[in-house]
Amino acid sequence: MAPVIVETPDEALVGVPDGATVLIGGFGNAGQPFALIDALRRGGARDLVVVNNNAGNGNHGIAALIAAGRVRKVICSFPRQKDSWVFDGLYRAGQIELELVPQGTLAERIRAAGAGIGGFYTPTGVGTLLAEGKEHRTIDGREYVLETALRADLALIKAYRADRAGNLVYRKTARNFGPVMATAATVTVAQVAEIVDVGGIDPESVVTPGIYVDRLVATDLGPEQLAESLVKAEATR
Amino acid sequence: MTISASTEAPLDRRALAARLAADIPRGSYVNLGIGQPTTVAEFLPADAEVVLHTENGMLGMGPEARGDDIDDDLVNAGKIHVTEMPGASYFHHADSFAMIRGGHLDVCVLGAFQVSVRGDLANWHTGDVDAIPAVGGAMDLAHGAENVYVMMTLFDRTGAAKLVEECTYPLTGLACVRRVYTDHAVFEIRDTGVAVLETFGCTVAQLQGRLAMPLIPA
Repeated sequence: MAPVIVETPDEALVGVPDGATVLIGGFGNAGQPFALIDALRRGGARDLVVVNNNAGNGNHGIAALIAAGRVRKVICSFPRQKDSWVFDGLYRAGQIELELVPQGTLAERIRAAGAGIGGFYTPTGVGTLLAEGKEHRTIDGREYVLETALRADLALIKAYRADRAGNLVYRKTARNFGPVMATAATVTVAQVAEIVDVGGIDPESVVTPGIYVDRLVATDLGPEQLAESLVKAEATR
Repeated sequence: MTISASTEAPLDRRALAARLAADIPRGSYVNLGIGQPTTVAEFLPADAEVVLHTENGMLGMGPEARGDDIDDDLVNAGKIHVTEMPGASYFHHADSFAMIRGGHLDVCVLGAFQVSVRGDLANWHTGDVDAIPAVGGAMDLAHGAENVYVMMTLFDRTGAAKLVEECTYPLTGLACVRRVYTDHAVFEIRDTGVAVLETFGCTVAQLQGRLAMPLIPA
């Protein structure tokens, strides 16, 4: 079915239940779907499990969602950054859970979920704290650890352009987790800079085919809107 | 064979980056991690045709972006704004790490807290109770290339050696490091032990006095 195209990020995120697991695209600020994250925060869902490479930067986006007390647990590879003070404070106070996953394992667990694979054996992490308690197996003389698929209720991603069929193209390194996350959630919502008519994207250039996209909203935050969003995020702390 | 020091003093950070850059073969696909190893890129000759990979989904990464070239959609693994070289390509995270894990890169250069005589690597976590653990791509990159090179100071601030019999910090990967480039010497991890390929401002005998493992002169 073609995606539902909505006018605002808030309409795109109606009905997110408490306790939902949410994949959120982005690597630092690049590719982070700020408009959708802000709408998720305004929607009020609580006890969320957030999956992202990081655990929020500054006071905006994922950090604002965490600061608003909506996140029970973060699954990520790299929480600690110079501007991750929101997460750092709550983690040190024992008020937020952390599941730390090597970055490539995180991406592959999400990819596996979208591809109908239950788990996979990877060499990453063997012999380390992050493989403790997990099943190990030797294949062709090399040791691997079993990692399981990571599925979610909701995926929030940012792409550059969509057509009305939901086909997506991305821009530079803002692509990062978007294409794999789009495949691994019950509902995938994409925030894009523009939505063009069907035929407006060369089929050979499509990165995420429309089959993976359920809701679309054109809402690229320009610098002025982003500044406004930051002020609002600050006010919600 | 006797090795004489190839320089009169230990190498500073930039000289060490230049020394490591000299060992990267022409035309290699290379990942330089984050932080200090990324400075190796500055010393690759313009005609080296080395293609830089960054874990967040790019081959053909160019130098750090300045002024009008800054684009928030174009960053490296350290989230620093970078530029794009002709022939660059972008791909998603699962593909990027398949490239790493799958052994498609030729050289990977990482920093380290410690490296053991068997090439075990510790570079992600100090193990301090107060520290918030963050692993990023470190454990993937430890297995990310045929040649995983470490670039570090040989001794920490207290003077303790970082090339050790057994790592005391939490491990990043087992038996994954091939060479260790330090301010005092270049070491190669071999099945037979730790070989010294070159020294800077010291002799192998002097190094042997400060390191616990037997050193094999190359």
